[in-house]
Amino acid sequence: MPQSKISTEKLNLYYGAKHALKDITIRIRSNMVTALIGPSGCGKSTFLKSLNRMNELTDGARTEGKVYLDGEDIYGSGMDVTRLRKRVGMVFQQPNPFPMTIYDNIAYGPKVHGVRNKEKLDGIVERSLRQAAIWEEVENQLNRTAMGLSGGQKQRLCIARALAVEPEVLLMDEPTSALDPVSTLKVEELIGQLKGKYTIVIVTHNMQQAARVSDDTAFFLMGEMVEFDTTARLFVHPADRRTQEYITGKFG
Amino acid sequence: MMRKLKDDVLLCLIYLAAFFAEFLLIGILVYVFVKGFPHISLHFLTTVTSVLEGTVGIAGNIVNTIYMVVLTLVIAVPVGIGSAIYLNEYARPGKIVRLIEFTTQTLSGIPSIIFGLFGMVFFGVTLGLGYSILTGALTLSLMVLPLITRNTQEALKTVPESYTSGAIGMGAGKWYVIRTILLPSAMPGIVTGIILAVGRILGESAALLFTAGSGYFLPRSLGGWFHKMVESGGTLTIQLYLSMEKAQYDTAFAIAVVLLGMVLGMNLLTRFFIRKIETAKFTDAGGE
Repeated sequence: MPQSKISTEKLNLYYGAKHALKDITIRIRSNMVTALIGPSGCGKSTFLKSLNRMNELTDGARTEGKVYLDGEDIYGSGMDVTRLRKRVGMVFQQPNPFPMTIYDNIAYGPKVHGVRNKEKLDGIVERSLRQAAIWEEVENQLNRTAMGLSGGQKQRLCIARALAVEPEVLLMDEPTSALDPVSTLKVEELIGQLKGKYTIVIVTHNMQQAARVSDDTAFFLMGEMVEFDTTARLFVHPADRRTQEYITGKFG
Repeated sequence: MMRKLKDDVLLCLIYLAAFFAEFLLIGILVYVFVKGFPHISLHFLTTVTSVLEGTVGIAGNIVNTIYMVVLTLVIAVPVGIGSAIYLNEYARPGKIVRLIEFTTQTLSGIPSIIFGLFGMVFFGVTLGLGYSILTGALTLSLMVLPLITRNTQEALKTVPESYTSGAIGMGAGKWYVIRTILLPSAMPGIVTGIILAVGRILGESAALLFTAGSGYFLPRSLGGWFHKMVESGGTLTIQLYLSMEKAQYDTAFAIAVVLLGMVLGMNLLTRFFIRKIETAKFTDAGGE
């Protein structure tokens, strides 16, 4: 069994008085795709954000417990958030390219982390766009604004932007929920190509998607992780009755 | 039948109101232009008034106006934008922020003569700057600060949260995000605030009369151009007021035309500038 890239131990998260995550203990395998499923408000997105400390941007959020990245506690005092977010990148639900050129969008991350050399940046931009399978579509318009791209292209651009800083983990928060079926398919294909190199954690509303793209699946319900198993087993032989009811569409 | 008649009457009234508003504006512009334009000459624009030669010129006032605008903006723009950034991005939302916002709003409603009084006493006397362009600029800075702060705040609020989280998610620090994402995205709104500020500076007379005075000479040496800041200097608006007081209506109208030209030119320039930023950022500038 491959070693775990990220693991949590009794992770609890509170928004003010609301207990949003309850005692989550999970081991996310390296270079695999882990899907987080569950009904709205079950805590799956919150959990995702706690893996690169984006939850700290929410006022009144408080975290207890441990999150380890390669064995190092990311909430520990020695952890530099900038470094952490370089290693654990994020793709959001709504494609959110910056209002700049395609080139500048991709170069943004590397510049944050101090890359100034033009040739090096050129290389990173091309490599990232190729990795995100969008290079052919945009190579002749790198100096045009990213706002003119289609929704699906924007999302792949955002994936390229996240890849540009060479992360180890990619967190994806419902990355296809704002996309049409064809674009969705492209992003799913891309996830398949990327997983050999990156550890991917994806939140999805779409159970077929979880079944298609992931190796492991965690089912969340009301802040608890009800079940966590390989995707193959969880969808065919769910251990918990609630999991079975959810994946067969009885609620959610 | 009755309803139709009511609609028609209302429609007529609305058209009348619109026509009246437009007519007034255009009427004033045409009137000022017709009265003032014949008195504008190259000599009028490039020399200063000479009592000995009996000629009238506003070159000194034009220079003063430019000094006043630039100096005021140099002081007010960084402070205004800085405080807007603080209020929106750093300060914890709550009573104190609301109080500051309320105060800035109130500040913008204070009659300008009160700013003039304060500026004269505080900057002029207490700080010993006397009647000078600097005293005037400091006073005007207080006046236009709310304009710049508010417009910047509003502009910052319209920047989608997703830009910020995208940048933060890549490890960017707060100030880096503000510098590279927030401020550039908010630029059109910020520029609008600055333009409104310039409009107020150009149009101000009461607050300047007691602070910047009415000097109208051009500097005679290179050093004089620097020293000018601490000398008395009347802007075009001040000169217009003084000319009217002396019943020199031809000069007054000529100055009015120059002022209107400046305001119009600036508006066009800004519009061009803003459109340029917007096309560069938000649309496909290259076309298909």
